[in-house]
Amino acid sequence: MNPLTAQPPAGTLPASGAGTAAYTSSELLAAVSCRQLRGTRRVFAGIGLPTLAVALAQKSTSPDIEQVYESGVCGAHPPKLPETIADASLATGAEAILTMPVLFGYVLQGGWIDVGFLGAAQIDRYGSLNSSVIGDWHAPDVRLPGSGGAAEVMANSAEVFVVMRRHDPSSFVLELDFCTSPSPAVARRMDPLVPAQGRGVTTVISDLGVLKADDDGELCLASVHEGVTVEQVIAATGWPLKVLPGLSVTPAPTEQELHLLRHEIDPGRVYLR
Amino acid sequence: MTDKQYSLHDAIAEFVKDGDTVALEGFTHLIPFAAGHEIIRQGRRDLTLVRMTPDIVADQLVGAGAVTKMVFAFTGNSSVGSLYAIRRGVEAGGPGTLELEEYSHYGLLARYQAGAMSIPFMPVRSYAGSGLPGVNPNLRKVASPFDAEVETYVVPALNPDVAIIHAQRADRHGNIQSWGILGPQQEAAFASKRTIALVEEIVPDEVIRSDPNRTVIPGFAVDAVVQVPYGAHPSFVQGYYDRDNTFYRSWSAISKDPDRLEAWLQEWVHDTGDHAGYLAKLGPDFFVPLTPEPHMSTPVNYGSVR
Repeated sequence: MNPLTAQPPAGTLPASGAGTAAYTSSELLAAVSCRQLRGTRRVFAGIGLPTLAVALAQKSTSPDIEQVYESGVCGAHPPKLPETIADASLATGAEAILTMPVLFGYVLQGGWIDVGFLGAAQIDRYGSLNSSVIGDWHAPDVRLPGSGGAAEVMANSAEVFVVMRRHDPSSFVLELDFCTSPSPAVARRMDPLVPAQGRGVTTVISDLGVLKADDDGELCLASVHEGVTVEQVIAATGWPLKVLPGLSVTPAPTEQELHLLRHEIDPGRVYLR
Repeated sequence: MTDKQYSLHDAIAEFVKDGDTVALEGFTHLIPFAAGHEIIRQGRRDLTLVRMTPDIVADQLVGAGAVTKMVFAFTGNSSVGSLYAIRRGVEAGGPGTLELEEYSHYGLLARYQAGAMSIPFMPVRSYAGSGLPGVNPNLRKVASPFDAEVETYVVPALNPDVAIIHAQRADRHGNIQSWGILGPQQEAAFASKRTIALVEEIVPDEVIRSDPNRTVIPGFAVDAVVQVPYGAHPSFVQGYYDRDNTFYRSWSAISKDPDRLEAWLQEWVHDTGDHAGYLAKLGPDFFVPLTPEPHMSTPVNYGSVR
């Protein structure tokens, strides 16, 4: 079983290796997500782990990174961590609040977003996402929230990162129950005359490891987190998972990353649950 | 200019009819909860609820039996739980009383835009390869009339019978001023046949005219303007009161149990009688901890004649 989620909710992993502090699954996901953002200019991200990752990047590797929220807020300088993508604290002191036609029509469709951050209930091997239903759409076992802006983020960002808190065969699936947000590769194949932009999902960060898209857009294992085996990730993935050459162990969060996350970014542990 | 001030009761009674298509908008911010409650009190039935982000107010309307169809893009209670009245209405094994029409955000927003502009449809960059066109016949692919090698998905214009929105302030003529996160209210108002605007305050004409750029919906596009202080609770109004996150977190447990949901609707909607009764039940000090510190914008200079 997964050693990270097997911990009690507020538990920490045992320190492994000199100088490595114990850390929670959320802290690891935030730190790993932050490192993937190196060199990125403009991120479209929701609330939760992406918020932490961008805040950490701003305070460490990428001070100039810009975050755009679905609510239209750009250049937010919130005095406290927001609880939703449309929090009052995001608006106060922000550099801009765009109207919805400007945000979706001009910013997203206009191609201004470098990295879109998404989550989903299910992801397939080419990075298409299901956030609509488990089961049949017409009489679902579970009705999920739906696309929101995810379909637009997928279709229009230069690339997409996906954070999945639980890596298991019911979420990393061979076939989606429903395709809410298709990868651009699928879009091009099914609707070849509809112009598509962007590479779709290039990076998936889960509680077991990091998946990267290969040249064909297939998601393959690039690194495993400390204490996780390759076999474990393969067993937790619903498609025959390929392993990229040069597979590594994900570097643990550094002391500096953990300090920033715990003491400056989310001292109330709103998202570091 | 006409005076368009109404009481909430009269605005709902006059402009919302059984069977109407009702756009109830507000993107997390400025959600017209008080209007949703008044619709429940007046016992409206068979409504088609159009809302980009159906959340607690939608769950309440569905739970009260007011809604038979929901047109939407994201239905959830942010990260704090499910909307069980909606789920019971659509999931296998439930009564199947709620019909869904699913979009993504820009697909539904573009429907409002097309409706507002009186054009038959609007192209969007989404939906290629998606499962959504297979379950929603309003998402269709057409050939570009300008380039035989290009196709695009389009969505049809939407013209709801009535739009209901909430804003910070207006004058008595219905010139609506809003700031912070604006959501799809302007698009929904211009797309709809009638518009009801709830506001925190009706202010003197000269306040509105001191900052005309802040008017998001001009009075001519508004049929009723209703002063409803705290009418967006438990959502928030920028500069007036913050989101009641405690209530948001409590909702799933209420909504999960049909008996508890019915008791909640009885206690907080029917028995309160009107919005003033709802506020009285919350108590005089309820909003004190939710009231933000002032953070004023710097006035701009519009200039005038010498």
